[in-house]
Amino acid sequence: MSEAVSELKVTNKLIAKYDKDTKTIFGFWVYLMTDCVLFASLFAVFAVLRHNTYGGPTAQGLFNLNYVMIETMALLTSSFTAGLALLSAQRKRVKHTLFWFGVTFTLGLTFLILELSEFSRFVAQGDSWRRSGFLSSYFTLVGTHGLHIAIGLLWMLIMMAFILKRGLNDTTLKRIRMLSLFWHFLDVVWIFIFTIVYLFGVLGV
Amino acid sequence: MLHVLDLMASFWLGQLNLKALPPNPIQWFGASLIILVPIMAAVLLTVTKRWRWLYREWITTQDPKKIGVMYILVAFGMLLRGGADVALIKTQQALSVGASNGILSASHFQQIVTAHGTIMIFFVAMGLMFGIINLILPLQIGSRDVAFPFLNATSFWLFFFGMVLVNVSLVLGDFAATGWLAYPPLSELRYSPSVGVDYWIWSLQIAGVGSLLAAINFIVTILKMRVKGMNFMKMPMFVWSVLGSMLLVAFAFPILTATLTLLALDRTLGMHFFTSGAGGNMMMYVNLIWAWGHPEVYILILPAFGVFSEVVATFSKKRLFGYTSMVWAIGAIVLLSFIVWLHHFFTMGAGSDVNAFFGIMTMVIAIPTGVKLFNWLFTMYRGRIKLDSPMLWFIGFVVIFTIGGMAGVLMAVPPIDFQLHNSLFLVAHFHMMIVGGVVFADFAAITYWFPKIFGFKLNETLGRWAFWLWLVGFLTSFIPLYILGFMGATRRLDHYSASLGWQQLFIVSGIGAALIGAGVGVQLLQFAYSIYKRKDNLDKTGDPWDGRSLEWSLPSPVPFYNFARLPEVTSRDAFWEAKKIHFKDNRKYEDIEIPKNTPLAFLIALMAFLFAFSVVWHIWWVATMALLAIIVGLIIRSMDEQTDYVLAAQEVEKLDKSHLKGARA
Amino acid sequence: MKSQTRTVAADVMVSLHQPEEATLKKYVIGFTGSLVLTFGAYLLTQYGALSKPVMIIVLAILALSQFVLQLIYFLHVGKEFSPRLKLLVTIFMVLIVFILVAGSIWIMDNLKGRMMSQSNMVKYMNSQNGL
Repeated sequence: MSEAVSELKVTNKLIAKYDKDTKTIFGFWVYLMTDCVLFASLFAVFAVLRHNTYGGPTAQGLFNLNYVMIETMALLTSSFTAGLALLSAQRKRVKHTLFWFGVTFTLGLTFLILELSEFSRFVAQGDSWRRSGFLSSYFTLVGTHGLHIAIGLLWMLIMMAFILKRGLNDTTLKRIRMLSLFWHFLDVVWIFIFTIVYLFGVLGV
Repeated sequence: MLHVLDLMASFWLGQLNLKALPPNPIQWFGASLIILVPIMAAVLLTVTKRWRWLYREWITTQDPKKIGVMYILVAFGMLLRGGADVALIKTQQALSVGASNGILSASHFQQIVTAHGTIMIFFVAMGLMFGIINLILPLQIGSRDVAFPFLNATSFWLFFFGMVLVNVSLVLGDFAATGWLAYPPLSELRYSPSVGVDYWIWSLQIAGVGSLLAAINFIVTILKMRVKGMNFMKMPMFVWSVLGSMLLVAFAFPILTATLTLLALDRTLGMHFFTSGAGGNMMMYVNLIWAWGHPEVYILILPAFGVFSEVVATFSKKRLFGYTSMVWAIGAIVLLSFIVWLHHFFTMGAGSDVNAFFGIMTMVIAIPTGVKLFNWLFTMYRGRIKLDSPMLWFIGFVVIFTIGGMAGVLMAVPPIDFQLHNSLFLVAHFHMMIVGGVVFADFAAITYWFPKIFGFKLNETLGRWAFWLWLVGFLTSFIPLYILGFMGATRRLDHYSASLGWQQLFIVSGIGAALIGAGVGVQLLQFAYSIYKRKDNLDKTGDPWDGRSLEWSLPSPVPFYNFARLPEVTSRDAFWEAKKIHFKDNRKYEDIEIPKNTPLAFLIALMAFLFAFSVVWHIWWVATMALLAIIVGLIIRSMDEQTDYVLAAQEVEKLDKSHLKGARA
Repeated sequence: MKSQTRTVAADVMVSLHQPEEATLKKYVIGFTGSLVLTFGAYLLTQYGALSKPVMIIVLAILALSQFVLQLIYFLHVGKEFSPRLKLLVTIFMVLIVFILVAGSIWIMDNLKGRMMSQSNMVKYMNSQNGL
């Protein structure tokens, strides 16, 4: 009897812990959804201003699709490796987790550097965000995504430090799940940037 | 040499210099008042030796009840500030006729009108709403806390510092003179070169992020933390309406954040989103700001509807009529409120197809609102109605809201809107909705739930006086505006010709505003007197109004852990049903986890304030430091895995029994 | 009875430690699918010979398919226990995003058709002595 009671207590504790974790992750999911609306506003602005080039360059003249394709591949692969990192973490393999996060970080950083060098190339040509409404909305939409990537990279670094220091305990695991959600989410947003900004842009839609 | 000094000053202080101080006596007076308030507070705290108390009980608290009280205090403070603006506006409009130019310059008048709108919506209406939600929502769903207490505290402090930033603009620099939504191109750097619009942008940005985080918090709280047995269709109506409202906040406020950011980018980085040249499109701003702005209206009104649903049922001693239809009405409003935003700019020039679609949608959204109104009336029908002051506020609301609502449906017809757009008719309409709807509900809520939080009722006589002063003052103030609107008076009017014959009506409106002012005065007196005489009005039962929902099953004031033992819910109006049967209570006490106090939420919001202030003045080094400090703060917070402490079951039992004894004595 | 099932369910979940069923297989499916769709879109744009309107529809379909694919296989939407709150919130988000973007484009496009273009406006203003 007493054994049953103590077992019940342990289970209750586990349920409480599980409830708390799902609560946090669900809350984070709601946050991601609100972030989608933020991006949607920027997409709407881009859609409205995309032809307001004011004598400046058009999307067709500006974008190099091969370059963007390399960026896209880096990000897509990093989304995959972030998933692998979560899998390793759930199996409590510290080294694997760190390795896959390392790969994800490198790919993410590559993406960010590629994007920033594209930006600086445009600015050096005299096509900065001050040039036209189209360029303002291009830099802001893509830049906001880039800012999210930068925040994700910073988070990943801190996460790796936590894994090294504290191992894969329940709290760390919960946070890894949120980080991987965040990273996949950024890849999802990129699908639309890739299609609407770059592909449609090159087509002159 | 001087040049070097200049460079240094612009590095250390950005654009901030002595010219930022107020230019004329009226503004000096306002500035001194704003400075005096914190100084007096500081002196009072020092004299009564309460700094430590302030820090321990309030600044570091994670308790939603205390956070709720702070929201309401700030909101009342801002009600006074916004009210002072009204006094100036009404005086100006009554005097500034023909040859006389009144007491204010045109630019100062526009700043005051802008500040009035911004403050009343963001820091009074939103503040009262979030305050009441914090106080009551966890209690109604049988929860001991919100989903994320730390986030909740952060939300409040962001709201608080957003408010501080608006008020700092009285002392340093100026405020936007653009109207409360700051339409470009007027709000662009070219036409508003001073820091006013930047103050507006960043105070809303901080407060807006706070609201967004709070919304996520309450959505999760409602969806995941209801007590056992309370399924969706057993939730009190207030909980439903808060859920609807918070969904709107979560999905509308990001649009505001984005729009404000774009305007800020235009102003600080020279972008061209809404400029009149270089490929900007100012109409896109109007489109976006209303895509947020219209849901915002329903964000405010839905919780108000929830409050009235509770009040009407309690004071009619009847079950709420048409519960299911109420839920569907809320759902319909949540969805429809996202597809009516164009009715704020019918006159912008869209074709008749677009205008017709949004006009029809606007009329459609009146239907669920009407459903709710009739449900309340049917709840009263054949009820044993007690006319305590919360119920008076409700009746006042029905009258005003119906008049204002019909004016709204009238303006939903695009050709009519072309006549009334931006006139005082519109001003009268939305004041009737927001004041008669939201603010009256908040006052009803404060009166109704006051004993639950503080343990004693508010003085009823003074409450009635306040209500009648408000009601009469309100009608006196706004009915003339409808008439003036028909006569062609526009909003934000600082001067008009004597031959128009508007002056009498403006004076009548001013008298109405003074009556409202007297009403606010009586309310303050009511608080003071009720606190002074609290022994006469103690609520010993915990159920002073014969209530229906779970919060009334708790002792008043509610202990910090809310529920010593969690209830189980088997029906709607859970407490009402429980009162009818005497069941043997054999629930066991258990350990309770309670979040530890922490100053981090306050500090992070303070850094956000510092960031915003220095961006306004272009002090980039402080902005960078503040941003870094926020990141460090978040890292410090994430390092702490033991954010709760445990209140042992025996301790809970002891505390609970002493409460029960207190109730019986 | 209900609480009992809950206990068992929670037990199973906790012991497995995989509450969201993230598996290698799903990530591989998601990744491969996304690669195919991305390359498809890229190649079509670079070398495709479709007319513009067809192209827009095809690219939009490819993007939306990749969106749904990643939602399911990377973000595990729809794989939770009832009530499916995550799914509901996601659907609501998609709805709002659609309303906001489509509505804005509709409204602004409608306006554009009725307004002078900016360059013409500048010309006009200059002809009126700067207006």
